[in-house]
Amino acid sequence: MNTFVCIKRVPATGGKIPLTADEQEIDTRYLGFAISPHEECAVEEAVRLMEAHGGTVTVLTLGPDAATEQLRDTIAIGVQNAILLETTDHREWDPTATANAIVEAVRAEGKPFDILFFGNEAADTGDYQVGIRVAYALDLPCVTGIKALEIKDGQAIAKREAPGGWEVFEVTLPAVFTVKEGINLPRYPPVLGRMQAKKKPIKRSAPQWSNGGLEKVRLKLPPAQGSKVEILGKGKEAASKVVEVLQKLGVMP
Amino acid sequence: MIIGLIDHDRGKLNELSLQMLTLARQLAGQQNLPLHAILIGAEARPLVERAQALGVSTVHLAQHASLSEYAPGAWAQSVIEVLKAANPQAVLAPGTERGNEVLAHVAARMNLPMAANCTEVQPGQSYQLTRMRWGGSLLEESRLTGAVKLLTVAPHAVATEEAPAGECVVKEFTPALAEKDLRVRVTARVESSRDKISLAEARFVVGGGRGVGSAENFKSLEELAELLGGAVGCSRAVTSLGWRPHADQIGQTGTRIAPEIYFACGVSGAIQHMVGCKGAKRILAINTDPEASIIANADYAVIGDLNEVVPAIVAEIKKAKK
Repeated sequence: MNTFVCIKRVPATGGKIPLTADEQEIDTRYLGFAISPHEECAVEEAVRLMEAHGGTVTVLTLGPDAATEQLRDTIAIGVQNAILLETTDHREWDPTATANAIVEAVRAEGKPFDILFFGNEAADTGDYQVGIRVAYALDLPCVTGIKALEIKDGQAIAKREAPGGWEVFEVTLPAVFTVKEGINLPRYPPVLGRMQAKKKPIKRSAPQWSNGGLEKVRLKLPPAQGSKVEILGKGKEAASKVVEVLQKLGVMP
Repeated sequence: MIIGLIDHDRGKLNELSLQMLTLARQLAGQQNLPLHAILIGAEARPLVERAQALGVSTVHLAQHASLSEYAPGAWAQSVIEVLKAANPQAVLAPGTERGNEVLAHVAARMNLPMAANCTEVQPGQSYQLTRMRWGGSLLEESRLTGAVKLLTVAPHAVATEEAPAGECVVKEFTPALAEKDLRVRVTARVESSRDKISLAEARFVVGGGRGVGSAENFKSLEELAELLGGAVGCSRAVTSLGWRPHADQIGQTGTRIAPEIYFACGVSGAIQHMVGCKGAKRILAINTDPEASIIANADYAVIGDLNEVVPAIVAEIKKAKK
């Protein structure tokens, strides 16, 4: 089973999102970075499939040189091949441009993959479409938002949550799946694995930027609500005040 | 014209479709254009009335034996046939799982750009949009081009508003579905057990963050939830630590809750978590750190160790119940 996983490097945001002065980006001077949550689970799923069925896992990201940090985190948990589609300026790659670059990279690998994994949507831009665009370009079926996957004799049974239960999709491989967090609990990259990952080669190329037709003008924060908090007290002495609030709201049975 | 794709599951309307139609009607009205809608599958026919109430003048109703179960490719093919025949200025869908998915299929097949989860739309040669990033914690102003503008409308960006009574024509059509359009299709359903109050629907939610300290310490939160007939949730940090299952996670990549009141215990208030509790009518934070982001976002706060405060609240409720 050979799988291919696309991941995105995103800032690890805390309680606030600071913006740069030109309002083009999040000010990440004081922030760390992580793999976008759905994609982190996609990598874990691919590694588990490899452990169960053999084969290889290839991980790709489109981003700056610094995104090798996220690629190396995936190598540390068992990914064999890492590809960086390196971007050198701060230009935004919209979903169409991103999908085109990925399709080109998959074709350049020259070997067929049984499964291509994506996150259902990136944590930052939330475009909900890159996996679907790649699936069409490669003429593969695509099941989105899955939280369970079972492989048997070249068939995949994927499940996604729906109100009141699960929808089940059965498709023949090769196929594209976009994954949602919760499909598994991703392992943490072990220290030894991270040390070894530093020495592993990363395949690089520099794709040509193109205008996909959705262009960011600027970022802005939603209007601030202004804190309206009422401090009920300190420690357990506040318990009676809490119960008063519950009674007032009619939450007490 | 402006066209809205209505999301439904075997005839059950996804109400966010009505918010989308409200925004679509404003967009059409601004330019003196008619508002059309697309309904897919025979079971959707009774929804024509709902569309009419929102000011839709023509409903394109796709009928086909293979449309009885959801298949994103088949839905997309149906939309594309309407799009080619009617040549609309824009096709809108609600920012639901299916809305985003089907429109992305349309975009991929037609080689058109698409913008997901828009909150504001200004028409023109290119559309000026505001759309959600980070689950709505950040907004992006953007420009959308394309011969037909494709966009989805963010949940709760506009309130549903009915239109004055008007005529509505139903145009039935049978899309030409190929085998490929049906290769991804719901083949079975599994119903969840109904023995527990679901986190999404609970009227009372008590959630724990890293500050809870251990999986065992969730016991007092569970007791509190049970006393008030509510549900227990947690932050992403807690699921990553393996203390609670992902099904309990509140946040951008977890469950969106909408209780009367949400008790956030030992939760720092990271934006990814706050996206999940935006629907809570009130938030009560219990935290040792008065500077934690959650406090500024809360309606009520108790400063203190949740592992002392929560048992004290449980005791107080038991006392009050007697």
